[in-house]
Amino acid sequence: MERFLQQLINGISLGSIYALIALGYTMVYGIINLINFAHGDVYMIGAYVGYFCMTTLKLGFFPSLLISMLVCAVLGVTIEKIAYKPLRDATRIAVLITAIGVSLFIEYATMFFVKPDSRSYPPLTGFLTKNYYIGNLFFSAKQILIICITVVLMALLQFIVKKTRIGKAMRAVSLDRDAAQLMGISVDRTISFTFLIGSALAGAAGILVGIYYNSINPLMGVMPGLKAFVAAVFGGIGTIPGAMIGGYFIGLVEVMVSGYLDSMYRDAVVFAILIIILIVKPSGLLGKEMREKV
Amino acid sequence: MKKLSQDASKNNKWIITVRKWIILVLFYAIVQILIMTNVINDYIFSTLVTVCINVILAVSLNLITGFTGQFSLGHAGFMSIGAYTCALITLRYPTVWGFLGGLLLGAVLAAIVGIFVGLPTLRLKGDYLAIATLGMAEIIKIFFRNVLEDLTNGAAGLSGIPQFVNWTWLFVFTAGTVALISNFINSSHGRACISVREDEIAAEAMGINSTKYKVIAFVTGAFFAGIAGAIYSSYFYFISPDMFDFQKSIDILVVVVLGGMGSISGSVIASIVLALISTLLQSFSEVRMVIYGVLLIVIMLFRPQGIMGSKELSFSVVKKWAQGLRQKNGGIA
Amino acid sequence: MKKVLVCLLVCVMALTLFTACSAGSSSDVIKIGINYELSGGSATYGQSSVEGIEMAIDEINQAGGINGKKIVTVKYDNESKESEAATLANKLVSQDKVVAILGPATTGCFTSQIPVANKNKVPIITGSATGDNLTLAADGSVHEYVFRICFNDSFQGRVMANFAVNNLSAKKAVIIMDSSSDYSKGLANNFKDTFTAAGGTIVAEEAYVEGDTDFNAIITKIKGLDFDIIYLPGYYNEAGLIIKQARTQGIDKPILGGDGFDSPVLLELAGAEALNNVYFTNHYSEIDEDPTVLKFISDFEARYGKKPNAFNALGYDLAKFVADAISRAENLSGEAIKNALADTENFAGVTGTLSVDEKHNPVKSIFVIELKDGVQHSSVKVNP
Repeated sequence: MERFLQQLINGISLGSIYALIALGYTMVYGIINLINFAHGDVYMIGAYVGYFCMTTLKLGFFPSLLISMLVCAVLGVTIEKIAYKPLRDATRIAVLITAIGVSLFIEYATMFFVKPDSRSYPPLTGFLTKNYYIGNLFFSAKQILIICITVVLMALLQFIVKKTRIGKAMRAVSLDRDAAQLMGISVDRTISFTFLIGSALAGAAGILVGIYYNSINPLMGVMPGLKAFVAAVFGGIGTIPGAMIGGYFIGLVEVMVSGYLDSMYRDAVVFAILIIILIVKPSGLLGKEMREKV
Repeated sequence: MKKLSQDASKNNKWIITVRKWIILVLFYAIVQILIMTNVINDYIFSTLVTVCINVILAVSLNLITGFTGQFSLGHAGFMSIGAYTCALITLRYPTVWGFLGGLLLGAVLAAIVGIFVGLPTLRLKGDYLAIATLGMAEIIKIFFRNVLEDLTNGAAGLSGIPQFVNWTWLFVFTAGTVALISNFINSSHGRACISVREDEIAAEAMGINSTKYKVIAFVTGAFFAGIAGAIYSSYFYFISPDMFDFQKSIDILVVVVLGGMGSISGSVIASIVLALISTLLQSFSEVRMVIYGVLLIVIMLFRPQGIMGSKELSFSVVKKWAQGLRQKNGGIA
Repeated sequence: MKKVLVCLLVCVMALTLFTACSAGSSSDVIKIGINYELSGGSATYGQSSVEGIEMAIDEINQAGGINGKKIVTVKYDNESKESEAATLANKLVSQDKVVAILGPATTGCFTSQIPVANKNKVPIITGSATGDNLTLAADGSVHEYVFRICFNDSFQGRVMANFAVNNLSAKKAVIIMDSSSDYSKGLANNFKDTFTAAGGTIVAEEAYVEGDTDFNAIITKIKGLDFDIIYLPGYYNEAGLIIKQARTQGIDKPILGGDGFDSPVLLELAGAEALNNVYFTNHYSEIDEDPTVLKFISDFEARYGKKPNAFNALGYDLAKFVADAISRAENLSGEAIKNALADTENFAGVTGTLSVDEKHNPVKSIFVIELKDGVQHSSVKVNP
């Protein structure tokens, strides 16, 4: 029982990270139907910005988090302006290839400047270094922080999308871009704002991963990016709670397979479950069945 | 009168077919001579093999994604089935017949897996299908890495695979693939596939069984991906499960989109262009991939529809283009 | 029809364009090819190796080159792709006319070059591809033109298993390996064979894949088991995190590894307090008072501003090793260099004094190093 609870904690921490990256994925996807392959790399940049703030500038965790989110937000908007905006009316797959190009560019430009070796975050201070034991059960302050920040950010996101004017504009644009434009909504600004929020979330995820695992490298965004995308699809791409559920589900499945079955087949089991669920529910857990218009 | 024009068009068709054959044979012969005289050295030939493998992969993925509109990210998985089957058989029977048998068996196995994967997943739409096929390819990779370890040597991969791929086989399989797939597309089945891409509901209303055509395209694509894998294993001496990861599937997709979705000649041209780009970038060691990324972005910004769009390269197109050039140059040509 | 022929000619011209003119080896320089993973998944290992190689070659050239001839390198990036490695090997041989090729770093990419080396009779030498049968053909015969200067997997696995049984009196072991890496699997299998033959039992075998960062599930799982040691044959990027997470969860049993541990990154990732009771096999030891080693470490730090890792040291030795053979070769033909390489005896490198055996593997001693608070505390030299 104790071991199961411990695995549960492990799974929820891992799931939080996937969920955090998946949230950004799902935001961007919801509004322009683009699998933003560069999202994982924005997350990597967030990790490096946090590293730079904490080592060179000697800042604390929270200022670094804000700077990281800010830099990534600017980066996300820039990417959208340069690489995606001119392709608004092109096929989705053309934009996908552009996104792959952006992703390669960010990865290898970073590698060129910081070299491919892993770097580690500086040792943390204060509250973040604490570990708690209840009996044999172990959890760390970092895990609590990650879970809390993920939940808070998701709630904030839900609030923005559901309750604010700009959120209303986002929903309108994702539903029908032309109609939204006719109603006087600035489509460009709304899309930029979405990229801003999604990328800021990626930045937050980057620095959190940095302090949680304390290992960062230029290709760190590839695998989590892919898994977060899988998580977003699994929960129903385009829905915020879906991304959250997807992230936690994948995190938990990975941990439980490693813990109770065979760690060799971890990824195979994750993908097998994913395929089965998609066959049963073709648009993800919370995705809406889109009726095709004739 | 009617009969005459029919005869004329028949004649025309016949002439075009003959012309195509002559060109193919000439091209084969010229390259063969260049290889014999060592103008095409090992390095160029090695690049040529890469180009041909990419042509087969891109054309077969184009059938699935470009013509039938099914977004697949699992093409590398089918390639790996062909590669492993052919490698295991040629390691046991190192003869040309072993190679050909292995190639055929690999392609057939890839097609069979394609049926099993395609039937349940092809009901999915767009990105959901992409993720399902990606997951399938990852599962195949883990299968080769962990489950079949005794047979496939696990992560260490198989090495010492006898090399049977020479220009003749390379040419036969590449030209054969392109010919078969373009003939398929020009047949009524191919048109049915295209109608599924254009509007599935309308196609269904016209009595086209869309599921059937999706599966046909998917399985055909898988079959030829298996051939590409077999050629890879029989030239490059070494294969391992990690070669066929999702990055590889994405590389193939890049070729297809760059050439133009729904253009066979586009896929061929894009394979050559990408090989040229890659060759030019070889000396830029550390910044090679940075430049490649920028190039992808730039190409897509200027030609989002790809090099050829959905057009095919044919003699009439070349003629028109040449005429256009001539008019531009004030008739001097 | 004319136009068609013109088209064909254009195609052919494009093909021949590939054949860039190569200057050929002029008589006063020696061309050596460098074919490494400078981008893609194995870029860390490739770039580290090349740092070592370039440092060695600069040293040789500053000292007057080989028999008065300067070394010129031709460097290509194979993107960590096997097919690209083979294509580049062809390019180095047929266009750049190099006398030998250094690299690639990983077993897969290096293996892809073998047919090129055999066909063109150009030696290829790696500093870090450890696959057991790398230098052997399928029928067990030796590839004449294939060499390496690192241990093979079975040697490291065997030494560590014996060390665990004899020095740590271990009876039960847990293995955590990287299932995506042939290096890791090779070490694990050889450790397992030797350890069980000596009467030990393997309690559990766990696996992760390259790039993973969260190992808590595996660690929680083995925490409930009864074992004496953990054998963790993997690279420092993952190993550092595994050690840290294991220590954080309260596992204080000895953790054993291979030369993949040898990097300053291990200390950065795991932190000093986690690196207690950690042992690994390696080519050389910092506390071994060998002047060659000490000089290399200080020179390397002066040049790159960081401490060297195993790949840096192996790259450095690789270039020196090949230069040594070329200086002894009768002429600059592939065959002469190959013979000189095969005849190498007692080459004194940073990573140990090595001789080449009949299978073209190096015979050299190995160190088992113990870490205390992240620094090397003691080392045991084991002779082959």
